[in-house]
Amino acid sequence: MDGLTQITEQVGDGLAVALVLVAGLMSLAAGIGLMRFPDTLTRLHAGAKPQVLGVIAICTAIVLRMPSFPILALASLVVLFQMLTQPIAAHMVGRATYRSESFDKSTLILDELAEEIDEAPARRKAGKPNLKPGKD
Amino acid sequence: MMNIVLAIAALMFAVAVVAAIYRIVRGPAHVDRIVAADVLTAAIVCLLGVWMIVTEDTTLMPVLLALALFAVVGSVSVARFMSQRNDD
Repeated sequence: MDGLTQITEQVGDGLAVALVLVAGLMSLAAGIGLMRFPDTLTRLHAGAKPQVLGVIAICTAIVLRMPSFPILALASLVVLFQMLTQPIAAHMVGRATYRSESFDKSTLILDELAEEIDEAPARRKAGKPNLKPGKD
Repeated sequence: MMNIVLAIAALMFAVAVVAAIYRIVRGPAHVDRIVAADVLTAAIVCLLGVWMIVTEDTTLMPVLLALALFAVVGSVSVARFMSQRNDD
């Protein structure tokens, strides 16, 4: 019985350390991306990795290292709120980037938002809604 | 063994923090600084988690919760301000 709990503890610690290493790799990738990528949209793409995956890995590691229900509840709340709020932040930053045009437009293959913006004044004058009805 | 791996991971987080601070200082656009500040917050959350794992102390868990909840406020408000200012 005692040996079994010891073994599970060691396995949990090993998994926790591996997950911390995963989160470290995520952060390292984000750091290198922030340094090396050419414009804001690509940096946003690189920077969003540790914000969700890294935090999930760290919270799982914390629960594995100190398994108890209060810690599990708090860790899942942290992950939940991170997954709720980070996409909002990334979306708003991407929107601001597009509007302030601080990115390299020649790297875009398709720019559907520009078409919408071009057609918006005419549509507004005609009394139609600002957005085209969905194409999908 | 475990401490060595954790130290390596902490070093990786430190690289991310330094890169984020470099990007905050260098810019060039304000949105770059927002992105870098978000990465900085994520790295801080991860580093606090590593600290909790090293010390086996769960006192910092509410700090992680608060950071996960409110890190979004800064970036959303500044991003909102940026896109409004460029409209005019």
